[in-house]
Amino acid sequence: MNVSQPNFSARLSVALRAFWRILNDAAFAGGVLRLESGVAAPPALPDEPAKSAPLRETSPDAAMQLLALLQQEGRFVDFLEENVTAYSDAEIGGAARVVHEGCRKVVRDYLKIEPVRAENEGARLTLAAGFDPATVRLTGNVVGQPPFTGTLMHRGWRVAQITLPKLADGHDARVLAPAEVEL
Amino acid sequence: MSEARYAVGIDLGTTHCVMAAVDLAVEEPDGAAQWTVPVPQLTAPGAVEERPMLPSFLYLPHPDELKSEDRILPWGEPQPFVVGELARAMGSRTPIRLVASAKSWLCHPGIDRRAAILPVEAPEEVERVSPLQASIRYLEHLRAAWDQRYPDHPLAEQDVILTVPASFDPAARELTAEAAAAVGLSRLVLLEEPQAALYHWILAARGEWRKQVQVGDIILVIDLGGGTADFSLIAVTERDGSLELERVAVGDHILLGGDNMDLALAHAVRAKLAEQGTQLDPWQLQGVTHGCRSAKETLLGDAKADAVPVVVPSRGSKLIGGTLRTELTRAEVTQNLVDGFFPSVEASARPAIRARAALTKLGLPYAQDPAMTRHLAAFLARQVGATRDLAGFENRLPAGATFLHPTAVLFNGGVFKAQPLLERTLEVLDAWLAAEGAPPVRLLEGADLDLAVARGAAYYGFVRRGRGVRIRGGTAKAYYVGVESAMPAVPGMEPPIEALCIAPFGMEEGTHAELPPQEVGLVIGEPVRFRFFGSSVRRADQVGAVLERWAPEEIEELEEIEATLPTEGRQPGEVVPVRLRAAVTEVGTLRLEAVPRAGEETWKVEFDVRGES
Repeated sequence: MNVSQPNFSARLSVALRAFWRILNDAAFAGGVLRLESGVAAPPALPDEPAKSAPLRETSPDAAMQLLALLQQEGRFVDFLEENVTAYSDAEIGGAARVVHEGCRKVVRDYLKIEPVRAENEGARLTLAAGFDPATVRLTGNVVGQPPFTGTLMHRGWRVAQITLPKLADGHDARVLAPAEVEL
Repeated sequence: MSEARYAVGIDLGTTHCVMAAVDLAVEEPDGAAQWTVPVPQLTAPGAVEERPMLPSFLYLPHPDELKSEDRILPWGEPQPFVVGELARAMGSRTPIRLVASAKSWLCHPGIDRRAAILPVEAPEEVERVSPLQASIRYLEHLRAAWDQRYPDHPLAEQDVILTVPASFDPAARELTAEAAAAVGLSRLVLLEEPQAALYHWILAARGEWRKQVQVGDIILVIDLGGGTADFSLIAVTERDGSLELERVAVGDHILLGGDNMDLALAHAVRAKLAEQGTQLDPWQLQGVTHGCRSAKETLLGDAKADAVPVVVPSRGSKLIGGTLRTELTRAEVTQNLVDGFFPSVEASARPAIRARAALTKLGLPYAQDPAMTRHLAAFLARQVGATRDLAGFENRLPAGATFLHPTAVLFNGGVFKAQPLLERTLEVLDAWLAAEGAPPVRLLEGADLDLAVARGAAYYGFVRRGRGVRIRGGTAKAYYVGVESAMPAVPGMEPPIEALCIAPFGMEEGTHAELPPQEVGLVIGEPVRFRFFGSSVRRADQVGAVLERWAPEEIEELEEIEATLPTEGRQPGEVVPVRLRAAVTEVGTLRLEAVPRAGEETWKVEFDVRGES
């Protein structure tokens, strides 16, 4: 159907719908009046924002800062950048201790991580109506209405607290680890 | 000046500084009114973090080493130096620019402590600092941290209690007070660290402490920090029916602490690796030290593990290929730490003293014998008479006792987080006591081995206002000046020296000693030096007492003291007879004055004069 030049039957249909809506909807009637007198529509009201997806950019600085800390204490980036296939499990195990100990220290020092669910994994639990789907993900036979009863497969993790070091204004967070040159 | 709102305790440690506060407005300080003040500090270039402790390290970066914005602190302009965690981290890679253990240098009698000598190993172009300046930098940092957090109650207007080792000599105490004055801390008191630890124990026990000790108890405080060991004995006495505490003795200054233990383990691991044909470079040795520290904590904290891997990462970005792996076993930790630093010895054991090599580098006088138990045995034996004249203690020791028998022990310092070290110390003490028919010691449970000194010091601010039991004691030494005896000179022999007592044992803060009857001659316009001595055992000597001879362990020679009479209105070169008067200031430092026969004027006699000649 050509929207800008509708045919007669389409125009009849629009006229009938418009007739009823003008009677019932004052705002619509106002719009028709403005259209008839040739006045431009008012700008969209601020409480009706343009329809774009509600996504936000996260700050890369904090992510780079955390990576830098993991590298500094636990050689995390070094570890990820290595080709592990070239080494034996024993060699990788030795390095893993460095990474584990250091990264764990970072996580413990700067974050407070706690399980989402206090129950043991494998326990049966019941979710009442209104549970937060962001903290509990349902899997498997997801049908019917809450309360849902199921088995806890993973306790989940949640950050209870995070305190990263404050960064100086001019600090370049992209440098995860400076090159070292010994003189 | 307005009334202080807080009492702030500052533990200016050899390896860490801690700051704690107590609100003076509350009735009784409990958990809520008493806290540790977090210290913002650089932890990486450009990254500032709050930590409970400020590592006592000062790094003097090369101008191209750090951008100025990477040296920024929450307060003020970037400084040309770095203090705290980042200083320690940078210094581990570039030791020639790192100032460490400034506190030990501050009480080093062999150097001029106001001279810019640190870092000792620094090349010419590094602008060095004096031990005094380094201490000032740490205090400046702490003051700025406080002032930023409590802008309405600046630190300069609060009661500040700065702790010093009980074994600090008068010169080191005066320098510490001078450092505090330099950053504007005018309401200052010095407190001995073992006393601060005991105050913390009193605070933590609330009212219950009176039930845990009784009259006749002798509490031994063993404070083992990162770099120094400090002993004190505190007697529980009674006055008008209520318990009192009196500090009766303090030990010598022993440069031996937790850092020595980590290093000892690292060298043991290095030797083990060398046997396997692997040589460690300095960078790797540092990694080993770091790894040993955490392995030690695991092994000494967890009775189950028998060996803990120690992994030294490679320096380059190739982590896996270059990583060195070894392990530290329980047997090695026991052998090196428990038996190495706390050997089971007899009460008659004494620290070994090696003659120093003639050409020693300028360095700290570290303890030559690492055995804490031998140092402890020597201390208790020297102080066998410490309570002899104390009311209620007359017959406490059996007749043949060879050392003073403590009845309770309070441990302090991070080293004692390792339970086996604490247990070994108790075991050794109990064996000594059993051999002389005395009951075993009781362990006074302290809380928080790292923060107790600062917290106890803050609580002392509360106690000083008359709201809690105060540990009495005064100065822990009697002081003497050397005067030449009037004996006829013998060719080839120095005229013998006699020691004239000018300050008796146990002088309280804010008091001064009598004027001794003896006069000494000062030359107008010229600095005149006197030999200066201290004794931690001669409790009965009064002002004016003259000792012609003494046992070497009875009296130790301190740094010379110096008096200069200005020339105004006098003839240069003229000799003026003066008498030397000692006083203990309100701050807690010893002050010596030269008092001439006539006139109102007095002149200050200086400690720490070395290097000014």
